[in-house]
Amino acid sequence: MSDKQGVLGVFSYVDVTIETIKKLRDAGFNNLRVFSPVPNHEIEHVMDEPESIVRFFTLGGAMLGAACGVGFTVLTSMDWPISVSAKPIVSLPPFMVIIFELTILMGALATLLGLLVNSRLRRNAPRTMYDPRFSEDKFGVMITCSKDGVKDVEEILTSQGAEDIKVDGV
Amino acid sequence: MSEQNTLTYARVNDDIIRMLDKPTFKWWALFLPTLLFVGFGLFCFIYQVHTGLGVAGYRHPVFWGVYITDFVFWVGIAHSGTLISAILFLFRANFRMSIYRIAEGMTVFAVLTAGLFPIIHLGRPWNFYWLFPYPNQRELWVNFKSPLLWDVFAVSTYLTVSSVFFFIGLIPDIAAVRDRVKEVPRKIIYSVLSLGWKGSNWEWLHYSRAYLFFAAFATPLVLSVHSVVSWDFAMSNLPGWHTTIFAPYFVAGAIFSGLGMVITLTVPIRKIFHLEEYITLDNYDGMAKLIMLTSGIVGYAYGIEFFMAWYSGSPAEWGQFYYRATGEYALFYWIMVVCNVIIPLPLWFKSVRWNIKALFIISIFINIGMWFERFNIIVISLSRGFDPAAWGIYMPSWVEIGITIGSFAWFFMFFLIFLKTLPSVSIAEMKEILPIPKKEAKS
Repeated sequence: MSDKQGVLGVFSYVDVTIETIKKLRDAGFNNLRVFSPVPNHEIEHVMDEPESIVRFFTLGGAMLGAACGVGFTVLTSMDWPISVSAKPIVSLPPFMVIIFELTILMGALATLLGLLVNSRLRRNAPRTMYDPRFSEDKFGVMITCSKDGVKDVEEILTSQGAEDIKVDGV
Repeated sequence: MSEQNTLTYARVNDDIIRMLDKPTFKWWALFLPTLLFVGFGLFCFIYQVHTGLGVAGYRHPVFWGVYITDFVFWVGIAHSGTLISAILFLFRANFRMSIYRIAEGMTVFAVLTAGLFPIIHLGRPWNFYWLFPYPNQRELWVNFKSPLLWDVFAVSTYLTVSSVFFFIGLIPDIAAVRDRVKEVPRKIIYSVLSLGWKGSNWEWLHYSRAYLFFAAFATPLVLSVHSVVSWDFAMSNLPGWHTTIFAPYFVAGAIFSGLGMVITLTVPIRKIFHLEEYITLDNYDGMAKLIMLTSGIVGYAYGIEFFMAWYSGSPAEWGQFYYRATGEYALFYWIMVVCNVIIPLPLWFKSVRWNIKALFIISIFINIGMWFERFNIIVISLSRGFDPAAWGIYMPSWVEIGITIGSFAWFFMFFLIFLKTLPSVSIAEMKEILPIPKKEAKS
């Protein structure tokens, strides 16, 4: 078992949650995770996370989709020429529709993949450190710290008026 | 949005998740007849497959009839879902929040319905997969220059992307349901579907970005799909079809019909589930304004088609449009004009936009009018081509009408199941427009 401990504080208000995060940071506790029922810019700002890299998945997927679209239409048309009304075998304007659709399709699927991979939906926090009220109207701050730090964290959370505090191994 | 000030985060969960309680007698009273009509549609289809496509009303020269009308109609209905969920999201239009989930669900079910019709329309429907480009022992390959193949790519991409978009939006809400339900089978199903969502800052960060990109992709996609559907017609050299205005004309019509269907669906839902505080009159006002805009575009297209036909100097073009307004199908043409252009006109008055009953009635007429628009474009053009010797009249048979009724039932069947299994109003996004709970504000 790891010597790390998880401490979870439950709050009702965004401003109190943000204040608690700042106090924990000042006390040297930087391994934090915040739970909220809605996305909140103030929390995002105070957590100061790096920009999401989902955008690179989106760009990569879209570019791959466009390349697949070009390759698919042009190469297979050259391999199996179907002459229609004496139009060129490789005729880009009509192929653009297929290329466009594949760009969107693969870009969207890559975005989905980027979301699932990056947000680590299955393993971003232990089950014991989650409270069902977070999907309703409560905010949570989870701190991962050494066993020695648990007392200090609890003190900060209590002083901030946490409605509930849970401690568990992570 | 003053009415929403009484709402709190917890109440939003209570009210929306309550909609998923055990189905009531009223729900069954709607669902069972729906199943009956689906069964009748299926019977008609089996009869058609068994007997042959002759049982449809197809007669020379009209070989695209009600089935293709239904296809275009349902693809059109699908469009406002993405408009509301994606385009209005990019424009930050808050009136979308309460209705976008219903509109998105409508999109997915409408595309599922639309996708059936090209198959039903085939003489040998079991060979539908020949449209897909894959290496096969018949050594056949598809023609990328054909608009029908563009359709395969556009509609299947649209179904995939709109389904994913629908599901992504649902994840935080499914997690909220998971956290609330107690019964074991439901708990397990919602746990799996929520993908372990916990609402952490890390999840919201990527989620918000991904949602934005989905919206950015869905926006050009939705415009492209109905443009491609319009090119099924516009690429053919036939009077009434071969025109460059078809793409914007179809897209505006699609959004127009989709908004009509959103109103038709949400008005009873709002009443039955007591969602007056969620789907407000202000939300309907926003939709009604979009209907006014798109009705204006559609009305302009009806007029400009006549002008272009006259100005082109082509007797075939002018003859086609003159025939539409005065020939055997004139009744259908004027139903279209009245329902799509005249009946929505009272929406210019705020008192009508804020009157739920009036909106509901207008929305029903829009649905009817837009179905006839597709019928007129497809059937009348085909029945009067260039060669007077090849003119003919088409009227749908009972089999086609049965399958059309079945398709409406098929759509409503999915919709009724959706109402009882997934949150029909977005819990997370509704909270976003409520005041943020702050101690400072409370004190």
